[in-house]
Amino acid sequence: MEKTIIQVSELRKDYHIGEVTVHALRKVDMEIREGEFVAIMGASGSGKSTMLNILGCLDKPTGGEYLLDGVPMSKMNKNQLALLRNQKLGFIFQSYNLLPRTTALENVELPLYYNSKVKSKERKERAIHALDLVGLADRMHHMPNQLSGGQQQRVAIARSLVNDPVVILADEATGNLDTRTSYEIMELFQQLNDQGKTIVFVTHEPDIARFMKRNIVFRDGRIQKEVMVTNRHFATELIKNLPVEVDVI
Amino acid sequence: MNYTNLTKIAVNALKRNKFRSILTMLGIIIGVGSVIGMLSIGQGSKKSIQDQISEMGSNMVFVMPGSQQRGGVMMGNSNAKTLTLSDVEKLKKEAQYLSAISPQVSTSGQAVNGNKNWPTSCMGVSSDYLSIRKYELEDGRIFTEKEIESLAKVCLVGQTVVENLFDKGVDPVGQTLRFSGIPLKIIGVLKEKGENGMGQDQDDLILAPYTSVQRRILAITHIQSISASAVSEDKSDEAIAEIETILRREHKLKEGEANDFQVRSQAEMIQTFSSVSDMLTMLLGAIAGISLLVGGIGIMNIMFVSVTERTKEIGLRMSVGGRGIDILMQFLIEAVLLSIIGGIIGILFGLGISYVATSLLSFPMIIMTNAIVISFLVCSAIGIFFGWYPAKKAANLNPIDAIRHE
Ligand SMILES: Nc1ncnc2c1ncn2[C@@H]1O[C@H](COP(=O)(O)OP(=O)(O)O)[C@@H](O)[C@H]1O
Ligand SMILES: [Mg+2]
Repeated sequence: MEKTIIQVSELRKDYHIGEVTVHALRKVDMEIREGEFVAIMGASGSGKSTMLNILGCLDKPTGGEYLLDGVPMSKMNKNQLALLRNQKLGFIFQSYNLLPRTTALENVELPLYYNSKVKSKERKERAIHALDLVGLADRMHHMPNQLSGGQQQRVAIARSLVNDPVVILADEATGNLDTRTSYEIMELFQQLNDQGKTIVFVTHEPDIARFMKRNIVFRDGRIQKEVMVTNRHFATELIKNLPVEVDVI
Repeated sequence: MNYTNLTKIAVNALKRNKFRSILTMLGIIIGVGSVIGMLSIGQGSKKSIQDQISEMGSNMVFVMPGSQQRGGVMMGNSNAKTLTLSDVEKLKKEAQYLSAISPQVSTSGQAVNGNKNWPTSCMGVSSDYLSIRKYELEDGRIFTEKEIESLAKVCLVGQTVVENLFDKGVDPVGQTLRFSGIPLKIIGVLKEKGENGMGQDQDDLILAPYTSVQRRILAITHIQSISASAVSEDKSDEAIAEIETILRREHKLKEGEANDFQVRSQAEMIQTFSSVSDMLTMLLGAIAGISLLVGGIGIMNIMFVSVTERTKEIGLRMSVGGRGIDILMQFLIEAVLLSIIGGIIGILFGLGISYVATSLLSFPMIIMTNAIVISFLVCSAIGIFFGWYPAKKAANLNPIDAIRHE
């Protein structure tokens, strides 16, 4: 059995809006092991993002416990959580969230700036390496507005990889992209997972979820079901079979 | 977190937002620059007036007869004949706070040399008069005690008189001019002194022994006034008090009786004129203060708006591992850099304003260190506070709330 990276028990998250309390998560138990590639699925509003934000230490749960690499997060203060985000977690947002007017290279370097152990030479080398992994080494001096959506998301992926995290968390990472570009991004994720990276991927598209190995389906803040993907999609093959786009004459 | 990285992050952020950075600095530049410029103009005008008055003489104290006189100290002679040479003798002997003293009698009349003539005034004084009024000899010598005792017909002439009575290149020393019909041998020429603070030509005069003017020209026994120098400027008040004591005793004035003379000092004149230019400085200072306020509000606005705008950036930085303190330090470094760069440009700008203005107005250029320091501190404090405060609020948010901020 692989080592458990994420263990969540009786996790709850409530939002209070005026008088109303929204139960975004109601007693969720979940376990993710090293090397897994898990999709968190479910309809819009089912609590997927809330879950992922808590896993990414971007948000605090209302109740329950979350063990990351065996360490209880409820005992961590803000600075310790920042350190964890910096060194153990890689987060990818649907809307890329790159710094505007900042080159791809500098965007990827960003996490390493907050790690004082990494000197500037190493920082640059690692960022270039990460950009190389996502196939954008030749675009490192481009600004986000000079890149396509897919390329921007690749930069964001490179940024999440650069600190060599124990787990990558992606929230609707293909949500803003067309089919072909989505598949290309999924190809990248599958390659990363093949190399041993643990990935948790939030999506509401069943089609995308079939690229993962295991699917956890949320409904109204609870886990509705968990399934192992049987006939898994492989992006490299699907891309080959996509109809070739013909220029309209 | 090391400061090299934070500084790099801050510098990059400033570069990324050039326009905003420039606007912020503009607020600081205008604030600091106007305070320095305005106060320097005000102080320059004050100094210029003070200098002109000081140029008139060294710590002068005047004694004038009569008590009826009103208005400015330099007002004309009264007909009162209350001052005498024995008063001067007594003051010379007893006064501790006076370093030089000269009786003064003067008359205006026509000075003639050959076919040239010029209306001027002839002052009868002692040799101390030169140091009291800061006159210097350009050529020749001052009259001796012997010449004073013997009512010698000798004189010193000012540059204006020389120009009007003698052809260029002629040495006036040794020549004889006539004043009110009396021949006076020129034994010395005074250096040019220019106009005084009130626009009077200080070179348009003839100096002669007071005895000669008193007896030969005016035929009087009293003297018209006494000029003296106090030992130092801050001893002017003591000198005045001392003169009053001695003269009241000499004039046998009873207690309660008004002085039959008036004593004024140059220090008083300087104060009178300084208070006028102090008002000017205050006015300019108020304008500068308003500029500082406007500049400050500008900085405040930009800082506040920019942090709100940048809450997303703050959230992103936190999501990749930036701690609250890192975010805060970044914004603080940004604000400090802007304040320092803006402040330095502002100081140069202010010095530029004062240089141009003071040279146009021919004031002395006065650099007020405290104006520089205070305006710089005020602008920096505003910049730093409003850079820090909203950043602190943003850095306290959950990373996810900051990222989602719209
Ligand atoms: N910041 C918030 N404040 C209030 N309610 C929220 C907030 N974030 C999410 N919610 C609510 O929590 C529930 C789950 O949201 P979310 O996790 O974003 O769903 P999903 O990502 O599955 O679409 C929704 O009902 C949503 O309205
Ligand atoms: Mg969502």
